[in-house]
Amino acid sequence: MEAKKVDVGKKNDSVLEIQHLQKSFGSNQVLKDISISINKSENLVVLGKSGSGKSVLIKCLVGLIDPDEGEIIVLGQNITDLNTEELNTIRKKIGFLFQSGALYDSMTVKENLLFPLRDSKKISKEEKNKLVDEALKNVGLEDTKEKMPSELSGGMRKRLGLARTLILKPEIMLYDEPTTGLDPITSKEISELILDVQKKYNTSSIIITHDMACAKITANRMIVLKDGVIAAEGTYEELEKSKDKWVRSFFE
Amino acid sequence: MEKLLSKLSAKSVKAVSVIAKIPQKIEYHYNIFQEFFIDVSTFSIFIGRFLKEMIKPPYELNELMRQSYLVGYKSLPLVGITGFIMGLVLTVQSRPTLAEFGAESWLPAMISVSIVREIGPVITAVICAGKVGSGIGAELASMKVTEQIDAMEVSGINPFKYIIVTRVLATTIMLPVLTVFNDVISMLGSFVGVNIKGDVSMHLYFSQALSEMDFTDVFPSLVKTIFFGLVIGLIACYKGYYSNKGTEGVGQAANSSVVLASLMIFIIDVIAVQITSLFIN
Repeated sequence: MEAKKVDVGKKNDSVLEIQHLQKSFGSNQVLKDISISINKSENLVVLGKSGSGKSVLIKCLVGLIDPDEGEIIVLGQNITDLNTEELNTIRKKIGFLFQSGALYDSMTVKENLLFPLRDSKKISKEEKNKLVDEALKNVGLEDTKEKMPSELSGGMRKRLGLARTLILKPEIMLYDEPTTGLDPITSKEISELILDVQKKYNTSSIIITHDMACAKITANRMIVLKDGVIAAEGTYEELEKSKDKWVRSFFE
Repeated sequence: MEKLLSKLSAKSVKAVSVIAKIPQKIEYHYNIFQEFFIDVSTFSIFIGRFLKEMIKPPYELNELMRQSYLVGYKSLPLVGITGFIMGLVLTVQSRPTLAEFGAESWLPAMISVSIVREIGPVITAVICAGKVGSGIGAELASMKVTEQIDAMEVSGINPFKYIIVTRVLATTIMLPVLTVFNDVISMLGSFVGVNIKGDVSMHLYFSQALSEMDFTDVFPSLVKTIFFGLVIGLIACYKGYYSNKGTEGVGQAANSSVVLASLMIFIIDVIAVQITSLFIN
């Protein structure tokens, strides 16, 4: 059954705004001038060749990489002006699914899920356990609570990574190549899960991907990065029919 | 004449090529020096951050306990076996020399003082540099490669406090404990060594061994093990936390943690001996 996309929020209902973002590594300018705005409940897919700065872009959004120029306004706050404590408060409202899942190897699945909640003193132990059960149920991994990450398959690790980020109920989700290295069936399941998260938690998301099937399922809007700038912007259908041959080549 | 000219021109070409290579060599050595000073300054900043994060609450006590268990309890068998063998071998090797002077009765005291003052702390520290240092270096480097450290950071948790401070404190706290354990087991090994060619009761052995030992033997050696532990933890964490060459960096971090920590243990030992000798004859 084809997953149904969610209607996105109104324009000017922006939760994340990037203005004139620039980032260089030595003499290599990866991001030249990027300006993006994301509305509430919107899924934005970012396409681009390897090395075009897609991952750098989302790492700038959570303060893992400091931009050289530009502003990043997340939920009304410019994160480039924040101190570490203020940044950590904002980070709790942003979920980040890493390409590898980034599960903590030395912890069980349950401990992995409890880890982001360790500073939440207001939540009781019972409530935390309930949240773990709920998060695992959301990604269909109820039976893996006591397993170690090394016992899980690639797809399960991705799901678990997603469950761990969702446990804090983030308002914004950042997905770094969520379907890379997975078979087409598992990729589709992950893509549908992304859509479920958008519906259930009303999250706004940036999805970095090369997987056009994932883009087709999840995207409300897409941008294509080329040489550090936005080369094209539009819906999946619009970009598929783009006059630019290079943009069209992603869809072939 | 022609031959001479061709020889001269060949030599001048060689000279020119040697001169042309000089700037490249200077640049090469300049880069090595630059990298060295960058490394030293980064390590100094790392130590400063460690001290700052160590003092600042909240404290990661559960993780500190877990790391202390991993560093201490898990190293007990290796430290114990090595200590026993060291005590035994040292006794068997020293007996003939002392026997020549008719001073065999000095064996327990001499061995125990050597173990407590020098051999115990250094052997324990070198074992820990190998076992614990390489483990921490490789673990942190692989956490970096698999983005686990980034994942901690984006979930609003301070990875430096959780990963670095706890591990460095664990090695600093556990090394003196492991050294005391190693000293006791070494003395047991020495007791066995004495009894291979003799008949000395345990009570007599230990009363002789401890009769020549006082506070000035035990205290300075325990203080230096604190610094040994600190340096093992700091170097291993630094090498792992700042590794940046993917999976290749994991091996490099483990290797350089052991090499550098072992070297620093001997340097600290020399400094500790000099400082101790200023106060104790």
